[in-house]
Amino acid sequence: MAGRLSMVNTASFENSRYALAKKIPILDRTLSKGHAEVGISAFAFLFSEMLQYSQKRVNGIQDLERKLADFGYRVGIRALELITWRDKGGKRETRVLNVLYFVHSVMWKSLFGKQADSLEKSTDNEDEYMISDNDPVVTRYISVPREYSSLNCGAFIAGIVEAVLDGSQFPARVSAHSNPMEGYPGRTTLVIKFDKSVMEREKDAEPKR
Amino acid sequence: MIFSIYIINKAGGLVFNKDYSGSLERLSNNEYLVLAGTLHGIHAITARISPVPGSSGLELLETDTFKLHCFQTLTGTKFILITDPNQTSSDTIMRRIYEIYSDFVMKNPFTNPDMPIRAELFEANLLRFVRLINGAAG
Repeated sequence: MAGRLSMVNTASFENSRYALAKKIPILDRTLSKGHAEVGISAFAFLFSEMLQYSQKRVNGIQDLERKLADFGYRVGIRALELITWRDKGGKRETRVLNVLYFVHSVMWKSLFGKQADSLEKSTDNEDEYMISDNDPVVTRYISVPREYSSLNCGAFIAGIVEAVLDGSQFPARVSAHSNPMEGYPGRTTLVIKFDKSVMEREKDAEPKR
Repeated sequence: MIFSIYIINKAGGLVFNKDYSGSLERLSNNEYLVLAGTLHGIHAITARISPVPGSSGLELLETDTFKLHCFQTLTGTKFILITDPNQTSSDTIMRRIYEIYSDFVMKNPFTNPDMPIRAELFEANLLRFVRLINGAAG
């Protein structure tokens, strides 16, 4: 565009360059406007650097997972705000199942471009739920070496989910576990354990029969 | 038919090697390292002795029994691809291998650029691709 204009006259060329430089700063843009997409390579390289950065500053695998979860928490707390505003018109969820469904579909779709692959309730514990993704974008290109076999980089997603639940007043502990299935070697399951207060409130919220 | 793939780092060290055909003669680990170093040297020499200034180094070595393709990336990593003499579209194959390498080695935070490549996903994806090519040929 700028190139073609310059052939016509220099003044408008200068103008269009000026316009490009004055592109609306990110903070002044409207919040509700669509979903911008990020190249997966750009993200993969950034995430890879994040991991390498964290690795130099931790002792052991658990520490590393905690740090990744911390990074995720910072993303999640902001993402919740934005997603509730964009997709839910500012309404928040009040029931456990609804908030889980929000994470599983709305949030996942907004962050990763698709819904999570499953949402299950633990058979052993009342307060435990599982969300699984067959091929998480975050770990798509990461091969975890054998000496780190218990590490799951999905800890980052766990941090995001924890922040979203925390921010929605559903305090919970979220952990990521590798759960490979045939055809999906990278399948990751997030185990969500809700706080006691949440389960008590949920009981009170149930309609009386 | 793809026989082997080697990856040589910019210092001439072998960081990855894999044979995909059972009919090849087995080399010892040391021999692979020597072979990699030799190819690295030949590549540098061929670039120098070329009568045309500014030539790149060795790209293709053809023999009766195999073809050896060499591709050097901008950062000096070399990919060596050994195929059957009738293998076609080797350039496309090479590009695809480079792509797999970029995805599963360069984007893997546990990769050390100067150390041998140990990435399960890289090997798995490479194997899948080679099987696709070799399956079509045989």
